[in-house]
Amino acid sequence: MADDAANGVGMPQLDLSTFSNQIFWLIVTLFVLYYVMSRIALPRVAAVLADRRGTITSDISAAEEYKLKAQEAEDAYHKARADARAEANRIVEAAKAEMQAQLDTEIAKADAEIAARTAESERRIRDIRDRSIEMVSEVSKDTAKEILTSFGAKADARSVNAAVDARLKGGL
Amino acid sequence: MANESGGFNIRPMDQFEVKALFGGDVSWYTPTNVTLWMALTIVAASILMVYGARGRALVPTRAQSAAELAYGFVYKMVEDVAGRDAVRFFPHIFTLFMFVLFANLLGLIPFAFTTTSHIAVTAVLAFTVFLTVTALGFILHGAKFLGLFWVSSAPLALRPILAVIELISYFARPISHSIRLAGAMMAGHAVAKVFAGFAGALGAAFFVPVLAVTALYALELLVAVIQAYVFTILTCVYLRDALHPSH
Repeated sequence: MADDAANGVGMPQLDLSTFSNQIFWLIVTLFVLYYVMSRIALPRVAAVLADRRGTITSDISAAEEYKLKAQEAEDAYHKARADARAEANRIVEAAKAEMQAQLDTEIAKADAEIAARTAESERRIRDIRDRSIEMVSEVSKDTAKEILTSFGAKADARSVNAAVDARLKGGL
Repeated sequence: MANESGGFNIRPMDQFEVKALFGGDVSWYTPTNVTLWMALTIVAASILMVYGARGRALVPTRAQSAAELAYGFVYKMVEDVAGRDAVRFFPHIFTLFMFVLFANLLGLIPFAFTTTSHIAVTAVLAFTVFLTVTALGFILHGAKFLGLFWVSSAPLALRPILAVIELISYFARPISHSIRLAGAMMAGHAVAKVFAGFAGALGAAFFVPVLAVTALYALELLVAVIQAYVFTILTCVYLRDALHPSH
C-alpha cells in the first residue's frame, strides 16, 4: 500500500505502470489460446460431433431398412400361410372327390351284383315253381289213373291226361 | 487504509496488485502474476477442450461431454445471435469466451489473481472487439454501414437526433463492455475479502462473516459464468450489427 499512497491511487487497476505488462501478456495469451482452440480443440470436437451425427443418421436409416425388411418378411409369411391354406383346401377337395368317385363305383358295382343275384334267385324260383307245377300235374295224372284203375273204370291215358290238364289250368 | 481502520487490518485491494513473479520492477515483458494466471487460464481451457475431448468417443465421457457442451453452447449462441454467416468467427468468439470464463473462474480460487478484474485487460478485449467489428462493417458494407445510425423506420424529423444518440451509444459500447466485466469481478472479490477480514477481527462471532462469504462465493460463481456469457453474447450482438447493419 506504500506504493499506492505514494501514487495517490487506491486501486491497482488504475496503476498505469502495469498496463503495458498486462496488455503484452494478454495479447500473448490470446494468440496462444486462439491457436490451441482453433487448431486443436475445435476441429477435434467438431469432428466428434459430425461423426456422431453421421452415426446417428446412418443408424436411423439402417433401422428404417431393417423395419422395411421385417415388413417384407411378415408379408411373405402371410402370403405363404395363405398359399398353404389354399393348397391344403385343394388337397382336401381332391381327396374328397376321389373318395366320392371310388364310393360311387363301389356302390354301382354292389348294385350290379345285387341285381344279378336277384335275377338269379328269381330265375331259380321260377324253375322250382315250374317244376313243382309239372310234378303236381304228373302226380295228379298218376293219382287220377290210379283212382280210376282202383275204381275199375277203364280209361285211356290220353283222355285222363287232358282232363287233368284242363282241371289244373283252371285251378292253379 | 489499514491505519485508518484501527484494529482492522483489511486490505481488500491488495489482491489486485500486479507483482513481478521473481521480484524487481514490473516492465512490459516481466513475468508477473498476470502472466502466471493467464497461463493457467490457457492450461485450464486446454484441459477441458483438448484433454477432455481426447477420446473422440462416440459416446462421450464426462469431460468430453463438458467440452462438447461448451462448443455447442457458444456455437449456438453465435448462430442464433449473430446469424449463420457469423459462424466463420466462431473460433475467435470461442477463444474470447474460454478466456473470460476461465479467468473469472480461476480468480475465485483463494489467493488467486483475477486477470479479468483489471480494466487494462477487459478494455483491450472490448476495444479489440469494437475495432474488429467496426472495420468489418466498413469492409463488408462500405458507406452503407453508416445506415446503422440512420434509423429509417423513424419519422424523418427524428432521424438526425436518433443518429446522434445511436452514434454515442455505439462509441459507449466498448466502455460499458469492458467496465461491466472488470467491475463485476473486482467488486465481488473486494467484498469477499472485506468479509473474510471481518472473520478474523470478530473473534468468537467469526462464523457470521464466514457464512456470508460462503453465500457470496456461490453468488460469485454465478457472476463469473454469467459475466463470461454476457461478454460473449454482447460480442455476438456487435458482430451481428457489423454483418447486417440495416435495422
